[in-house]
Amino acid sequence: MFGNLSDRLVETFKNLRTKGKLSAADIDATLREIRRALLEADVALDVVKNFINAVRDRALGDEVNKALNPAQQVVQIVNDELVAILGGQQRKLTFAKTGPTVIMLAGLQGSGKTTLAGKLAKWLKDQGQTPVLVAADLQRPNAVNQLQVVGERAGVEVFAPEPGNGKGDPVKVSKEAIKFAQKKQFSVVIVDTAGRLGIDEELMSQARDIRKAVDPDEVLFVIDSMIGQDAVNVAKAFEDGVGITGVVLTKLDGDARGGAALSVSSVTGKPIIFASTGEGLDAFEPFYPDRMARRILDMGDILTLIEQAQKQFDEVEAAKMAEKIAKNEFTLEDFLEQMQQLKKMGSMKDLLAKLPGAGQMKNQLENFDEKEVDRTEAIIRSMTPGERHQPKVLNGSRRLRIAKGSGTTVTEVNSLVNRFEQAAKMMKTVAKGGMPQLGGQMPGMPNIGGGYVAGSKSKKNDKKKKGSKSGNPAKRAAENLGVTPTQGGSGSAFGL
Amino acid sequence: MGFLFWKKKDKETPATAVEVVAELNSEPEPGIVVETSVSLADIESEPEPQPIVEPEKVEVSLPKRTFAKGIKSLFTRVKFDPENLDELEDVLIQADFGVDASEQIVVEVKARAKKSGASTEAELKAVLTDLITENLTRDDQELNLSSGQLPYVVLVVGVNGVGKTTTIGKLAKYLSEAGSKVVIAAADTFRAAAVEQIATWAERSGATLVRPKSEGQDPASVAFEGTEVAIAQNADVLIIDTAGRLQNKVDLMNELDKIRRVVEKNCVIAEVLLVIDATTGQNGMVQAKAFAEVAKVTGVALTKLDGTAKGGIVYAIQRELGIPVKLVGVGEGIADFAFFEASEFARGLVS
Ligand SMILES: Nc1nc2c(ncn2[C@@H]2O[C@H](COP(=O)(O)OP(=O)(O)O)[C@@H](O)[C@H]2O)c(=O)[nH]1
Ligand SMILES: [Mg+2]
Repeated sequence: MFGNLSDRLVETFKNLRTKGKLSAADIDATLREIRRALLEADVALDVVKNFINAVRDRALGDEVNKALNPAQQVVQIVNDELVAILGGQQRKLTFAKTGPTVIMLAGLQGSGKTTLAGKLAKWLKDQGQTPVLVAADLQRPNAVNQLQVVGERAGVEVFAPEPGNGKGDPVKVSKEAIKFAQKKQFSVVIVDTAGRLGIDEELMSQARDIRKAVDPDEVLFVIDSMIGQDAVNVAKAFEDGVGITGVVLTKLDGDARGGAALSVSSVTGKPIIFASTGEGLDAFEPFYPDRMARRILDMGDILTLIEQAQKQFDEVEAAKMAEKIAKNEFTLEDFLEQMQQLKKMGSMKDLLAKLPGAGQMKNQLENFDEKEVDRTEAIIRSMTPGERHQPKVLNGSRRLRIAKGSGTTVTEVNSLVNRFEQAAKMMKTVAKGGMPQLGGQMPGMPNIGGGYVAGSKSKKNDKKKKGSKSGNPAKRAAENLGVTPTQGGSGSAFGL
Repeated sequence: MGFLFWKKKDKETPATAVEVVAELNSEPEPGIVVETSVSLADIESEPEPQPIVEPEKVEVSLPKRTFAKGIKSLFTRVKFDPENLDELEDVLIQADFGVDASEQIVVEVKARAKKSGASTEAELKAVLTDLITENLTRDDQELNLSSGQLPYVVLVVGVNGVGKTTTIGKLAKYLSEAGSKVVIAAADTFRAAAVEQIATWAERSGATLVRPKSEGQDPASVAFEGTEVAIAQNADVLIIDTAGRLQNKVDLMNELDKIRRVVEKNCVIAEVLLVIDATTGQNGMVQAKAFAEVAKVTGVALTKLDGTAKGGIVYAIQRELGIPVKLVGVGEGIADFAFFEASEFARGLVS
């Protein structure tokens, strides 16, 4: 067969070792493989097409990343975009301001709603909430019993006035459940509903009626991560038919690549809030877009190499910078260069967090506007070399000239100079205490290869990690660098 | 559709160690008359001396069940374009046939069309229908219930929530109606209320249920007890329900192997049915490979074809792994199933 995406990209880029601007041909060759990988991961075809077009546009427009070769750069863009779609809307559960918070679960048959209901209840209870489970699946044989057992295991009350197996009206039960919860002062009501097909008009209208009856704060669409191309139809049907506020992806402890996550996010624009990862009541966690992106692409090893290459590049740059700071040579030009580099690297927050001591800057970073970098560039370009090296000389008239030259205001110039001085001061302080750390593991690196990576894959990664660690430091550094072609490693075959 | 069936002449041979579903609080659904349900009275009645008879070949013929209502055309969203066969690849991909199979089918359709000169929509659709039919037709598509080695043991396996229990309920009902005596072993001792669920189906279908004595009991022991009861009762078919398991969980997969080995102490396993949900994407192939290896799957039951999903992954499963699709589920009702027929599937898809 064709192997995974990593193998195929290696094949595609066997002869490509040049670095430089991304050519349309490089991009297309990479994207063809990525298209196939996404389809094999069950991302819906239309979603794949749109996605590939978006990546192509961005790749053609992107500046060249000095740390990566073209293929790597495309892959990195793909990964960034995947994370953006999967996590762009990420958010936490919404709670009601007054009265009980109502969470309604909806989805296809067998998607894992009842099990999830128990997990959600347990999780909420552990957080000090007082949840009640509502047995409104009166369709499937013994769904009511199942919820009762699950509730008992979770130590949570179950409201089940009807026996089910076709008996009782789920709308009525749901309505009564709210009254029950209000009276008994439960803080969260979780309504488990019957599985239904998107095209089953009767059952969809029943779901709407349940929704009307309970006026939920959240309608969570529960979807099996093994689902294929139909995910888009189903998601659309539930979005149009019931209206959903969030998504839960189940059975992620399996080895399905879970492309449905991307399909559903793209089609509904609704955030994936939780991941269900096993049959136990605690196998439940918030959804991590970065892990999911990795899983869908199934190329953790290449992404790790990319990260290492980038990180090593950053470390070298950071070390240079630190030296300058220590020698008091840190100038506005360096400042600009640093900002540009950070912008290029995509995720400002993650990468800035890698700089020693940047933790304190976190709040400021949250508000970081990438256009700011452009303005900063304009301002600094309007300075004379002398001014750039000696910001102290910047008096009022110089500042006015610079503002005019860069199409900004004096206030903006002032603010930049202030920020520069602060940064220089901060970095100097940090450099004194933080220097020894530079060569080691950077703090704030995203946790990779986490819970979403299937067994065999993580074993592979473990082996790789162990392999790297056992070598001498110089060899390890070279390995990490990934930029220097080494013989035999998976990196070199890829033309890194 | 009819199929050959070995049956013993005498039917009711009482057993001793049966747990009966009668204690359950659930009642049969209105409208379904449970006629053949085994009651305690039946079981405790005096055993007749067991005559030793040679099995006699009996053909059971039943009304043909169509699953036409279950399968929806590939061309509801995208119209078939005879001018642009490449688009067909996209359509097949969207039906979960997978990239490789879709490419292959289009290549083959083009080749055949070139040879036969087919060019109109109708002609090309006929080419496609024939191709899918041919590639999915096998002579071992029917349930293997004719070897003569009673009881026919059907082991049902698959990942969580695909419809194993429901399929068993439907199959048990069908076989009971055909005059067979069916025993069901509730070997899903793991999922909450799974035993109650299969008990409801046993009751609806008139099958005898062998249930675990305690919660979380070793499923293999329940399966084994199932064989004992089926033999003692002279049952025709023993169906074993198992807990859903993801194929990447080694311990759970080994448990299936154990169930197999234990059952084989007493019986020959006639069928191992892997239940695949029609919504399943490319992971279906991974599932099929893993279950085939551990549980020696002999057939696929494709469920939930009443939805919008087409279940295209079974094409690749059957073609690549040689595992035929045998049953189809088209709803949650007890009668919502059919035997798979390649031409019906192909015609439904291409229509
Ligand atoms: N629409 C539809 N639903 C089905 C079909 N087969 C099973 N189901 C539903 O799928 C869900 C899971 O079925 P179940 O038999 O419990 O699956 P198991 O976990 O594999 O035993 C239940 O809600 C069933 O009613 C089918 O053919 N069509
Ligand atoms: Mg079951």
